[in-house]
Amino acid sequence: MVARVVSEPVRWEFPGLIFSALISLLLFCCSSFAQESPYIVTYNHYLEEPGSLEVEYFSTFGTQRGDNDFHAFWTEFEYGATAWWTTEFYVDGQTTFHDSTVFTGFRFENRFRLLQREHLVNPVLYVEYEQISGADKILKEIEGHDGEADFADSNAALRKEHKHELELKLLLSSTFKGWNVAVNPIVTKNLLPSEPWEFAYAIGASRPLALKASPNRCNFCSENFVAGVEMYGGLGDMQSPGLHSTSHYLAPTVAWNLPSDWTLRLSSGFGLNDNSHRLLLRWGLSREFSGFGEIVRGLFGGRP
Amino acid sequence: MRTHSALSRFNGYIGFATIAIVAFGVVVFETLRALAETERSKSTYAALADAPEKAREKKNPFEGDTQAVAAGGKLFEQHCADCHGKKAGGTRKGPSLLREEVQQANPGTLLWILTNGVVRRGMPVWSKLPEPERWQIVTYLQSLSAHSVKPDPH
Repeated sequence: MVARVVSEPVRWEFPGLIFSALISLLLFCCSSFAQESPYIVTYNHYLEEPGSLEVEYFSTFGTQRGDNDFHAFWTEFEYGATAWWTTEFYVDGQTTFHDSTVFTGFRFENRFRLLQREHLVNPVLYVEYEQISGADKILKEIEGHDGEADFADSNAALRKEHKHELELKLLLSSTFKGWNVAVNPIVTKNLLPSEPWEFAYAIGASRPLALKASPNRCNFCSENFVAGVEMYGGLGDMQSPGLHSTSHYLAPTVAWNLPSDWTLRLSSGFGLNDNSHRLLLRWGLSREFSGFGEIVRGLFGGRP
Repeated sequence: MRTHSALSRFNGYIGFATIAIVAFGVVVFETLRALAETERSKSTYAALADAPEKAREKKNPFEGDTQAVAAGGKLFEQHCADCHGKKAGGTRKGPSLLREEVQQANPGTLLWILTNGVVRRGMPVWSKLPEPERWQIVTYLQSLSAHSVKPDPH
């Protein structure tokens, strides 16, 4: 007779508790009013406040000629490590209508402020590593010769392609009389040696609807709204630089910074040439949690 | 035998490299900590002296405006209170703004600090707030008095 030993399933109570505590923190603690820009693709030079965590969810609905339209989505966790360094982690996925929903990869980015004080033009260095599949459709960056035709395939086929990319941006941004103007030259390298460097750009301009705050707390005051416009697209690659076979978008955008600590962003991007998707409708919801770093440090026994 | 000897030598190199890396890490860490300590020991309010003459001379367009004080108070609560305390008395993250150094500073100096931040000490730049909003915060700060407002008990 052989005794059968049935092992108990491992119970992960401790991580469960930590997870619940973190979620509780996110929902009920330490929120902070954010003054966010309306940009979805372009970056200005403002970093996350030190110790603050911003959780952001974004959606993009895109039209696709010759195939199914899609809804791509991503979540960002953006943490202000110091006043000059912000680090961010993304996970993204997409649903292609009449096809499937797939997880498409993750990104890890860091932004470093290069100058201590404000200048006419403020440079920030952006470094990102991304591990994504060919089915990635968030279109956060349009690079090289990216175009609508690249997506005209099933998710099963697109997922076979795996990309490990390094992306570098120089974020140049200037704020004057309430206007912010940001220009982002972008270079991307698929880490496969055979792949060339690719080039891209994103530019944006925005302004709050009012430059003076009202004395009362309000949801619909014009000071809570920031309107702007973005333009982004590819600039070819090292082998064939230029505008031929590239796609470009123009996107009016608006951000609504609510006193209840939420920010809502809306953007409708219009394709500017035949290689572009005709329409990219985007929206995003974000919330900033100040003092998050200190509270987490305290949870793990560190000095809060 | 030769293989065993080569393996031992390889392990020796790895061990030596590990010790060297750890020692280097400790030296770098301690140096950075000493530098940070030196930085901390400098006066908290020294950055006020960095404001250039032209910035100091700027006049507050909202001086004496009670509406601006109220709006500035709202903005302070939204953007500044987390670090400087709800009553501006300071917290572990940010210094008191009720101290004489701040209260006696020119409005232009305070605007300059708000605009440029003190990045090396953890205060971000606040030029993302439009200039009139930054002036409203300055107006609010200067309406506070060390006699009427007690520091936060942080």
